[in-house]
Amino acid sequence: MLDSALSVFRMGRNMARLMEGLGVTLEISLLAVALSILLGVPIGLLMASRSLLAKRSLRLYLEFIRVMPILVLLFLFYYTISKFWNVNLSAMTVSILVFTLWGTAEMGDLVRGAVTSLSRHQWDSGRALGLSETQVSFYVVIPQAARRLLPGVINLTTRMIKTTPFVYFINLPDLMKVGQQVVEVSGFRNPLASVWVYGFIFLIYFVICYPISVLSRRLERRWHN
Amino acid sequence: MLIGQEVLRIMDLEKSFGQRVVLKKLTLTVRQGEVLVVVGPSGCGKSTLLRCLNGLEPVNGGQIVFGGQYLTDPQTNWSQIRQRVGMVFQNYELCPHLTALENVLLGPVKVQKRKKTEAMAKAEHWLTRVDLWDRRDSYPRQLSGGQKQRVAIVRALAMDPEIMLFDEVTASLDPEMVREVLDVILNLAKEGLTMIVVTHEMAFARAVADRIIFMDDGRIVEDSAPEAFFRAPATERARRFLNVFHYDDIHAPNPAKAEPSKDANATKAEPSKDANAKAEPSKDAAKDAAEGLGPAKGGGAP
Repeated sequence: MLDSALSVFRMGRNMARLMEGLGVTLEISLLAVALSILLGVPIGLLMASRSLLAKRSLRLYLEFIRVMPILVLLFLFYYTISKFWNVNLSAMTVSILVFTLWGTAEMGDLVRGAVTSLSRHQWDSGRALGLSETQVSFYVVIPQAARRLLPGVINLTTRMIKTTPFVYFINLPDLMKVGQQVVEVSGFRNPLASVWVYGFIFLIYFVICYPISVLSRRLERRWHN
Repeated sequence: MLIGQEVLRIMDLEKSFGQRVVLKKLTLTVRQGEVLVVVGPSGCGKSTLLRCLNGLEPVNGGQIVFGGQYLTDPQTNWSQIRQRVGMVFQNYELCPHLTALENVLLGPVKVQKRKKTEAMAKAEHWLTRVDLWDRRDSYPRQLSGGQKQRVAIVRALAMDPEIMLFDEVTASLDPEMVREVLDVILNLAKEGLTMIVVTHEMAFARAVADRIIFMDDGRIVEDSAPEAFFRAPATERARRFLNVFHYDDIHAPNPAKAEPSKDANATKAEPSKDANAKAEPSKDAAKDAAEGLGPAKGGGAP
């Protein structure tokens, strides 16, 4: 059994290729998640602002991204837009772009929710103590908003990571795509190859996502006390 | 109690939310050590008045002079004024992510930049006085409503304010917790702290006030000594208002004889209506007032 498993990974550059695939997956995930969080905060604050124009247009953006399957967005940017405007975006650029567009919209909505759910009286009570606007944000609003934001952000992060295999359809050799290629090649000689390879991939996704959700539970518990 | 010199003077104060005029040329003077209790139906502008005094609401006209300083001056340094004007809110508004002690230290340490040891000593003094020093490391959600409100009072006192504003501080409390909060305020009044108290607790108003201010529809309708106000209000409007707190005893042979003050500690359920005023500027003041006259919760009828 073990031999059959090891042989799949030892064959040719299989293991190295899987690791390269993992690199692609991590690059898309990390960049898109980081950009989404960075861009989502100001977007969310704008969504919570009084500007009707900002609110309406961002709402439209959010709904558009929400109803659109990620796959459609990937195709739209990779095949259609490059033809239409005659720009050549690499599959990697398109992937990061699409995932960031999605993540930013969702993150913005999370930030909007966290900020608007804080009562206006929390601002008032901080100001009544003599705290400046910046001090109120820093000592009163942000710590509370961050706590409310955490579960949603963790959920979004793991969802984004889990959705990256879609880049397979625009021929980006991520972990999943490489895995499939390895199975196709090794499958002739090793009928259990798919079990080992996909099992391995499952394990890797677990190893990436599980610590994130443990961390979030830890933080939540610490903040709860 | 020694009543000293004038600390606060309000002249022709005007405030409106959109089309709705909330304060109509209101004039009032508060002296050192005086306890003013402001009563009146919901939506009459009581809370807005308090919020204008520490700049939480910008005013539309008139003057506010505090300790010789014009607060209506656009150059007013509100952070500095608010250190001298303590305010306690209906819903406590403690920071949920900070312990009772951290809440109390927030102002002295972050705003007044006092030394931690000095601020700590003051916090200990006040928290001990309200019997909450033992609970200093508790978070607000671990405290009862009455305890939270006492922490909120201490948080304001820790800044050494010259005047305290209490905005319906017992309105969200269960009836049995009202007392512990009012006792704290009563003791502060005895010690000569200047304060303006907005409340619906009529028995308390009678006990603590040096002057009762009765407001209706953005104006001061009566400004009188508590005994005079409760025994014989000068205006028909005030009489009608006081009747809300009085229930006829259906068993009494002569209901007309029932003492109004008996039922006065009725707690009225009033979800911070004034706070919503800004969000709903069109809301009719008269309708608000009518709501305020609704049946009292936890009222006196046995």
